Amino acid sequence: MKASRILSRIYIWVLLIVLYAPIVFIAVFSFTEAKSLGNWTGFSLDLYKNLFTGSMQNSSGLLSAVKNTLLIALIASTVATFLGTLAAVGVSRLKPRNRQVMSFLNNIPMINPDIITGVSLFLLFVFLHILQGYTTVVLAHITFCTPYVVLNVMPKLSQLNPNIYEAALDLGATPMQALRKVLVPALRPGMISGFILSFTMSLDDFAVTFFTRGTIGLDTLSTYIYADARKGGLTPELKPLMTIIFLVILVVLLIINTRKPKTTQQ
Amino acid sequence: MAKDQRIINIEHLSKSYGDKKVLDDINLYVREGEFLTLLGPSGCGKTTLLRIIAGFMRPDEGNVQLEGRDLLDTPPHLRPLNTVFQRYALFPHLDVYDNIAFGLKLKKVPEDEIDKRVRKVLKLVAMSDYEDRDVETLSGGQQQRIAIARAIVNQPKVLLLDEPLAALDLKMRKDMQIELKEMHQKLGITFIYVTHDQEEALTLSDTIVVMNEGKIQQVGTPTDIYNEPVNSFVADFIGESNILNGTMLEDKRVSFIGHDFDCVDKGFGENVPVDVVIRPEDIYIKKNTEGEQFTGVVRTCTFKGVHYEMFVDTDSGNELMIQDYNAFEPGTTVGMHIHPGDIQVMKKERVANTYSGTVTGEGKVEFLGAEWECRTDGFEEGEEVEVSVAFGKVDLLDHEDDAVTVGNVVFILYKGDHYHLTVKTEDGEKIWVDTTDVWDKNDFVGIRILPKDIRLSKVQKKDE
Repeated sequence: MKASRILSRIYIWVLLIVLYAPIVFIAVFSFTEAKSLGNWTGFSLDLYKNLFTGSMQNSSGLLSAVKNTLLIALIASTVATFLGTLAAVGVSRLKPRNRQVMSFLNNIPMINPDIITGVSLFLLFVFLHILQGYTTVVLAHITFCTPYVVLNVMPKLSQLNPNIYEAALDLGATPMQALRKVLVPALRPGMISGFILSFTMSLDDFAVTFFTRGTIGLDTLSTYIYADARKGGLTPELKPLMTIIFLVILVVLLIINTRKPKTTQQ
Repeated sequence: MAKDQRIINIEHLSKSYGDKKVLDDINLYVREGEFLTLLGPSGCGKTTLLRIIAGFMRPDEGNVQLEGRDLLDTPPHLRPLNTVFQRYALFPHLDVYDNIAFGLKLKKVPEDEIDKRVRKVLKLVAMSDYEDRDVETLSGGQQQRIAIARAIVNQPKVLLLDEPLAALDLKMRKDMQIELKEMHQKLGITFIYVTHDQEEALTLSDTIVVMNEGKIQQVGTPTDIYNEPVNSFVADFIGESNILNGTMLEDKRVSFIGHDFDCVDKGFGENVPVDVVIRPEDIYIKKNTEGEQFTGVVRTCTFKGVHYEMFVDTDSGNELMIQDYNAFEPGTTVGMHIHPGDIQVMKKERVANTYSGTVTGEGKVEFLGAEWECRTDGFEEGEEVEVSVAFGKVDLLDHEDDAVTVGNVVFILYKGDHYHLTVKTEDGEKIWVDTTDVWDKNDFVGIRILPKDIRLSKVQKKDE
């Protein structure tokens, strides 16, 4: 009895170590200034300093990649939240059969491998003669983010009392006021989860970005790191950057998970 | 004096969804300060009527006036009416206080007055300590109180309530009925209340409007509606009743279940077929058969709390439902009598199925969306005719094979010794059938009529 409990404890710890060791490894070695990975030369914040002051080799490339990543994620997830919410409202008003079909169609892009989404979008942009660059990457990110917003807003809509909009009108709200003061606030939790999910999806996308960024030298973080690694050896300043990104994502995840009980409770 | 003032006036209101007419030429007025209930089975058009008054829906035809002014072109947010919705429709992102203050804030009422009015209605609905609560943490009954408070805080001229108690359990519903009635008396606002629960309507209302299939069947006080139903639908829908075929022999004398009775109704003419309604509590039942109007044998006896409910087979082969404080064992022979004032005589809505049809050939006539075989002697092909079929001459089949047309049973009325069914054919026409067979509502039936039972007659010209 006791032995099996110890065994299961060991099992879960081994599992967690295997899962988190690489991240912990990078985080630990971000606090030393050694250029080559795996050499501990004493605690130092130099890499962080370099990252933020920009005194490193090819620092402008890295910083612009970070800026691009954040900007693309922000634009894509904002537009996706808007489009996805509208789409969800539309889908929820369909007849049950059509609603099922639409929900199914909405799920396909999410389970579709990124590489296929990327290549097909690339071909589409070429076919339409759209110059590839910033615009195409943003469009592509909106494309794969929107279904996630729809997925998050739909349950909120089905929980919504169908009379709630009419109740607002009845109490003296104009149609615009009813939308602003009642419908949007009621859907807001779903819209926020959709936005956060879209943001993280956009942030770590590689395949789609790689195929839609064209040849103008646009880099996001993922494509930058990929190129950097191929040139031989990672830029040491990536270690603190990845640590920071990991922590940010961790915080975001915690936020999503703590708001979940409230959205499912109703 | 003010009680007789009409606050809402509805004229010739009609509304269709596709082919289905949900409101058919509704004319109705609502007096200021009264508690008016729209009562009917689901799909009778009561909610549609309420939604048109509230402004969420436009009628195809007709007019609605509020205090003498046309209302239909006013959008819902500008109408001085408020609605309590069936499933509360509270705003989930706002707490109790902000839900109630929603309408007042939109109207830019000063903050301190909002505060005063919200507290006042919270007290009225007995929810004073709940103002900071999240509405989703409240029970169904509490949410309904907040929904009522949110509506009445705006001091509407008319309060519309769409089955507000339907989602509550029985005990809570009874309590809320009493509270609603008290609230109505305290506020003096006109209430228009929609329900399918006849007991609720009888308890609450000053005026009941019974609706069925988009038409008003009867308007009256609860006692009028209960004691003097105008047709068998109302009699069947409101309370328990025995509805029987009878014949008005002369004024104040009616014959049914094989016996003649004194009654108080007159003006029907002599030997006219009528429907007779007897409430189960109005039949007096005794062990002693001597000197009673008729006799019977008790078949079943069920205890219902306050009274016993018995089914008695009468000497003439009819079945009557009787409610009495005393129990009579099944198998007992009993004597019964009915007081003249408790016999409600109604004009028959129809005595036979009548249709206008066309002779389509030798021995063939078309009506009710199908071609039927019958005798067409004396009629020419293509001639318009009136077709008449007795209720008892229509055969219903449980299969389509030998049927001429098909339909669904939409309404069943038990008449003591047979069922009077309303069957709706696929193109929406109705045929009424008397049968002793047991059918269920919504049963799919084949319809057949023997050629000899289809009677044709010349169309009566108006100018002749």
